[in-house]
Amino acid sequence: MKKNLLTAVLMTLATTILLGLIYPLVVTAIAQVLFPKQANGELISKDGKIVGSALIGQTFSGAGYFHSRPSAAGSGYDAANSNGSQLGPTNRQLIERVTSDAAALQAENKAAPVPVDLVTTSASGLDPHISPAAAEFQLLRVSRARRITPDQVRQLVRQHTEGRQFGFLGEARVNVLELNLELDEHYPLH
Amino acid sequence: MAKKRRALWEWKIVRRAMWDAVRKLNPRKMMGNPVMFVVEIGSVITTALLVKGGAAFKFNLQITLWLWFTVLFANFAEAMAEGRGKAQADTLRKARSETVANRLLENGETEKMPSSKLRTGDLVLVSAGELIPSDGEIVEGVASVDESAITGESAPVIREAGGDRSAVTGGTRVLSDRIKVKVTSNPGETFLDRMIALVEGAERQKTPNEIALNILLAGLTIIFLLAVVSLQPFAIYSGSPQTIFVLVSLLVCLIPTTIGGLLSAIGIAGMDRLVQHNVLAMSGRAVEAAGDVNTLLLDKTGTITLGNRQASHFFAAPGVNEQELADAAQLSSLADETPEGRSIVVLAKEKYGLRGRELSSRNAHFVPFSAQTRMSGVDLNGFEIRKGAADAITNYLLQNGRPMPGEVKESVERIARSGGTPLVVAEKARGALGVIELKDIVKGGMRERFEQLRAIGIRTVMITGDNPLTAAAIAREAGVDDFLAQATPEDKMRLIRREQENGKLVAMTGDGTNDAPALAQADVGVAMNTGTQAAKEAGNMVDLDSNPTKLIEIVGIGKQLLMTRGSLTTFSIANDVAKYFAIIPAMFAGTFPVLNTLNIMHLRTAESAVLSAVIFNALIIIVLIPLALRGVRYRPMSAAALLRRNLWIYGVGGIIIPFIGIKLIDMLITRVGLA
Amino acid sequence: MTVNGWLQILFFLALVLLVTKPLGVFLARVFSRERTFMDLVLRPIERLLYRLTRVDENHEMRWTEYAVSMLLFSLVSMLLLYLIQRVQFFLPFNPQKFTAVNPAHLAFNTAASFTTNTNWQAYSGESTMSYFTQMAGLAYHNFASAAVGISLAIAFIRGIARRQTETIGNFWVDLVRSCLWVLLPFCLVGALLLVSQGVVQNFRPYDTAQLVVPQQVQRVGRDGKPVVGSDGKVLMDTVTEQTIAQGPVASQEIIKEWGTNGGGFFNANSAHPFENPTPFSNLLELFSIFAISAGLTYTLGRMTGSQRHGWAVWAAMATLFLAGVTTAYWAEAHGNPLLIGENQRVSALQPGGNMEGKEVRFGIANSALFATVTTDASCGAINGWHDSYTPLGGMVPLVNIMLSEVIFGGVGAGMYGMLIYVVLAVFIAGLMVGRTPEYLGKKIEAYDVKMAMLVALVFPLVILVFTAISSVKGFGTSGITNPGPHGFTQILYAFTSGAGNNGSAFGGLNANTLWYNTTMGFIMLVGRFFMIIPMLGIAGNLARKKYVPPSLGTFPVTTPLFTVLLIGVILILGALTFFPALSLGPILEHLLMGAGKVF
Repeated sequence: MKKNLLTAVLMTLATTILLGLIYPLVVTAIAQVLFPKQANGELISKDGKIVGSALIGQTFSGAGYFHSRPSAAGSGYDAANSNGSQLGPTNRQLIERVTSDAAALQAENKAAPVPVDLVTTSASGLDPHISPAAAEFQLLRVSRARRITPDQVRQLVRQHTEGRQFGFLGEARVNVLELNLELDEHYPLH
Repeated sequence: MAKKRRALWEWKIVRRAMWDAVRKLNPRKMMGNPVMFVVEIGSVITTALLVKGGAAFKFNLQITLWLWFTVLFANFAEAMAEGRGKAQADTLRKARSETVANRLLENGETEKMPSSKLRTGDLVLVSAGELIPSDGEIVEGVASVDESAITGESAPVIREAGGDRSAVTGGTRVLSDRIKVKVTSNPGETFLDRMIALVEGAERQKTPNEIALNILLAGLTIIFLLAVVSLQPFAIYSGSPQTIFVLVSLLVCLIPTTIGGLLSAIGIAGMDRLVQHNVLAMSGRAVEAAGDVNTLLLDKTGTITLGNRQASHFFAAPGVNEQELADAAQLSSLADETPEGRSIVVLAKEKYGLRGRELSSRNAHFVPFSAQTRMSGVDLNGFEIRKGAADAITNYLLQNGRPMPGEVKESVERIARSGGTPLVVAEKARGALGVIELKDIVKGGMRERFEQLRAIGIRTVMITGDNPLTAAAIAREAGVDDFLAQATPEDKMRLIRREQENGKLVAMTGDGTNDAPALAQADVGVAMNTGTQAAKEAGNMVDLDSNPTKLIEIVGIGKQLLMTRGSLTTFSIANDVAKYFAIIPAMFAGTFPVLNTLNIMHLRTAESAVLSAVIFNALIIIVLIPLALRGVRYRPMSAAALLRRNLWIYGVGGIIIPFIGIKLIDMLITRVGLA
Repeated sequence: MTVNGWLQILFFLALVLLVTKPLGVFLARVFSRERTFMDLVLRPIERLLYRLTRVDENHEMRWTEYAVSMLLFSLVSMLLLYLIQRVQFFLPFNPQKFTAVNPAHLAFNTAASFTTNTNWQAYSGESTMSYFTQMAGLAYHNFASAAVGISLAIAFIRGIARRQTETIGNFWVDLVRSCLWVLLPFCLVGALLLVSQGVVQNFRPYDTAQLVVPQQVQRVGRDGKPVVGSDGKVLMDTVTEQTIAQGPVASQEIIKEWGTNGGGFFNANSAHPFENPTPFSNLLELFSIFAISAGLTYTLGRMTGSQRHGWAVWAAMATLFLAGVTTAYWAEAHGNPLLIGENQRVSALQPGGNMEGKEVRFGIANSALFATVTTDASCGAINGWHDSYTPLGGMVPLVNIMLSEVIFGGVGAGMYGMLIYVVLAVFIAGLMVGRTPEYLGKKIEAYDVKMAMLVALVFPLVILVFTAISSVKGFGTSGITNPGPHGFTQILYAFTSGAGNNGSAFGGLNANTLWYNTTMGFIMLVGRFFMIIPMLGIAGNLARKKYVPPSLGTFPVTTPLFTVLLIGVILILGALTFFPALSLGPILEHLLMGAGKVF
């Protein structure tokens, strides 16, 4: 018992040093060498300033931008407060929120019905993607606001649409931040 | 105690069982059975609430009554099983009735004293017509004894001093002659006393397996208690609190009352089935062990082969024709009343048309077998005919200056090699006439039985005093898996130990005093009732019929006992699925009508649903009593096949049957307006 | 449901099947101390560790000493974790200058949670824990608790395999070999694979990004409600920046799954793009959750000499897995019938279905799959919030945990949990073949049944008792955020997850309270150690027994029939215990939802 207690203390300390400190430091060192971009969050800079991460969504408002999904992270896309809405399927708040969001989106985009991902909050609250259907849903509005043809927009959407990984993993998706930055670059708002 | 099967529902037994069922409500007795004890507590609670009054009196009254019935039915099942034993005990008690014994005093005189005063070591005289007053060992004399009071076998048996047939049992009757018996047990400890206690179940202790199963059932009961007790707060959260009556009903339906109510009946009935086969098990543990046996040790003689060898061939010596040999053999055997002797007469008659002759007219003098000469024969008109083992006859001939012919020697060896016993026939004047071959006759159907045993994973080992060659030949013919030749008691013991070290359970039969250590070592040791007291003490079962083949049936009974427990446990647990589908929607559909979706049986009302489940739960105990008492059907087959079969019947059946049963009860009670 | 969705699910299962044998053989070799290809590097480290910690690697332990050592190690390491949380502001790697983890009951809850391999998180990682606490406290326990689990499973298997001996191995040796051979090498490779997908691995302070479009947001008060100005209007703030949390995530992420721990670096766990950025990283994480547990079924077969029994257990697990994932996938793909105006149709252009609380890159199939896998195992990582799943979709993870997480299960814990079921199945059904039940040559007797029932009893005891109290008392119901039957399910899920050492949650439940922190901490400890001790008791008892060679009369544990039987026993025992609770939770909610009711 006494001997095993001593071993327990020593074992905790020794393995903490090995697995709690040496291991993550080694991984960090290798990762920073092999994958510096990914290891640091795939940050996007514009004019020397960080404008976001390719992996983290942002809220977009205004007719000229593709809008992201609603977010429950902090006050919306708070990347230091990831969270979902945690609303259950029979919660009145959920139904009312979705219904009113959907009505607003339909009015804004003059289309119906709304693709469901565009009116539901993501799990992280930071989902950088919308579905291709959700992009298509907003496409006319964006093209009108930017005064370009829908096909010009569609061209960009296609460029920023990722198919299924290796052809079968996951879902097709559009990165909203990258798409909007690209729109700003090619067809700036007036 | 007759061999006849007792009818299942004998009115006398049923009547007594009904009273016993009520007497068993005593909480102190109920505590031994945690599952039914919980039901009883539930019944008491609902009764108390019922007395206090309140709404839904008709429903609550019915629930309370059926809860009590559930307990009573379980008690009834146990009482039925015990009752059958008690009926048997009553028959035995008659045999134990007080007798007067003639105790032999040291001065040689006798004094009369009641048999209940006899102590170990006392000597008593028993004459023809008297009952033997206590268990004992014959120290002097020989007598024929009627043991039908114990064995049910009406033919008298011979008991004599010395050897393996010296034991007598108290309560049996001496038919002829007079014997001196040394008492071997004290009052209350005789074989008969123990037998009565055993069949009555008075000494019944839970077997290891039963204990394990009881733990499982108690554990399940606690789990369901938790599920039901916690349901009330959940119901309160949901805005539909339940009455105690409904909660107790749910609890009683969920806990494994079916197996809980029948468990002890199954155990008692298992012992009872053994008794019906005229086997007494000294403990339930032995019956369970019988089901687990991996290796059967069977004595060759009397078990695998007919008790005696039979003449099958005559091999004449050179210059002697077979007719002459047969004639001499028959003459020498006419007065030989041993089965071997008779078989020689029969063979001679069948093969050579020789009829038995009336010899008294011919001035014949018969020489019986004696241990010194190891020969028997006849002296007839100056002829001297002898038959006996080869070496005995060789000596006999040498004394008369005649050598044994080489051809005869060859025949002797050949017969011995093939598993037979050679008997040489000689005439003093002519020398060796030839050889009679005596062969072991394997009993009919043994090969098939050994195949069945193999199919259920049991290995049979034949034990014989024969030489290995002979043993191998018989083993091959009988189809046993292995044999132990020239077996001494020590060899037997070694074999048992070796098997046990390999984790196997061994069963054997025995009757002689020198079998006692092996009987004690074996996991299942069945002593023959004809055997010595020592053998009977050492074994954990006694076969009253003294039929060694019965070991195979005993294994079957042990297996059947365990199977019945397992099957009814599975059935009991599987039943719960249907009960949930009856009761849960009934509890909450009032508040949440959507939950009627779960009412897949479409039970009429909430009350009828709960009531039907409770009634089904009570009645299924009664319905299954015959199965518990008779045991589930057992046929020898591999464990995999057995499992598949029983899982279908008791697992899948256990899920489906209550759906049908509860629905039928619901239809019935709504039709007659009970709910 | 789509063909592509099923393709992904079956591809995942095929991967698990593929790894079962090689990993199983490897595990058997490691714990039988046979040579492996890693010995050259690891053996010197192992020897050094023994020297430092004074372990005699040839010493064999009885089950009692094994249990005591395991308890001492868990106790000491739990105390250290508590301490680290409380003094993290003194320690390095704290760029965000987080203060001590407060209040004390939260730190206790977290320490219990990580020691027991539960990883229930009543805190939010990115706003509470320093990098040091994450690495040396939390991620360390991801290794330690997983290694303990593997050691225990191996000890149990030894108990079955050994004959007439008193000992079941040496805890310290099993622990060290689990860490060095089984956990560490894969994590090194896996962490880097994750980084390649975009999982971050750095010690940067949180980055600040200038939003492309500044946002007007409602000002929210401390009570979580919008602040209303004197004119009666809701006050609005302008947000121009986005703070992006960083950290050494990949090294923790991989052991989180490989050791079935589940405690996320970030609050959103594997839904967070920095923890699980791509469908491939998602697949890698899913695979990591099942791999060791699947391998252990092969190890079981190999070490006990009955390979087909190992596969029979595997088959039971795989069947239950498929049943769960089918139900969850079906329910989620059907979406929420209360949302009538929206397009929930599944198509190539949109995931459709019930997307509330799910990520677009994973869609329905991968979210349903993750929820099933994480609760089949005692992982508890999530890539979508179970609280927002449909009632039946959310019931699948709940039921998975209620079945004691034996569907592959937690590393080690799944194996020994399953073996408890096997013991019970063999006992109940074994009688039906007319013999005292035998399991792989060992007779199952009263002591074994007693211990197995103790394990089976403790689990529903803590779940039902604490759920019952919480559902009628204010301190319990106040945590509910989704009213109606769903609120009851939130509470039920929390205690089930705690007792099962899963750690996933119906995340809306506000569980960072004195009541939930202390009771959850307590039941996590009970759920782990009160099960381990009787389980080790069985192992010790089995090791002592003689071996009965199998015959035709032996209860078969290698056939498809046995697989079916095992599934039946798991479902019936689990379902019977929890059916009443489920019928008032998810089942009722499902039926009410179908009837158009909202709360």
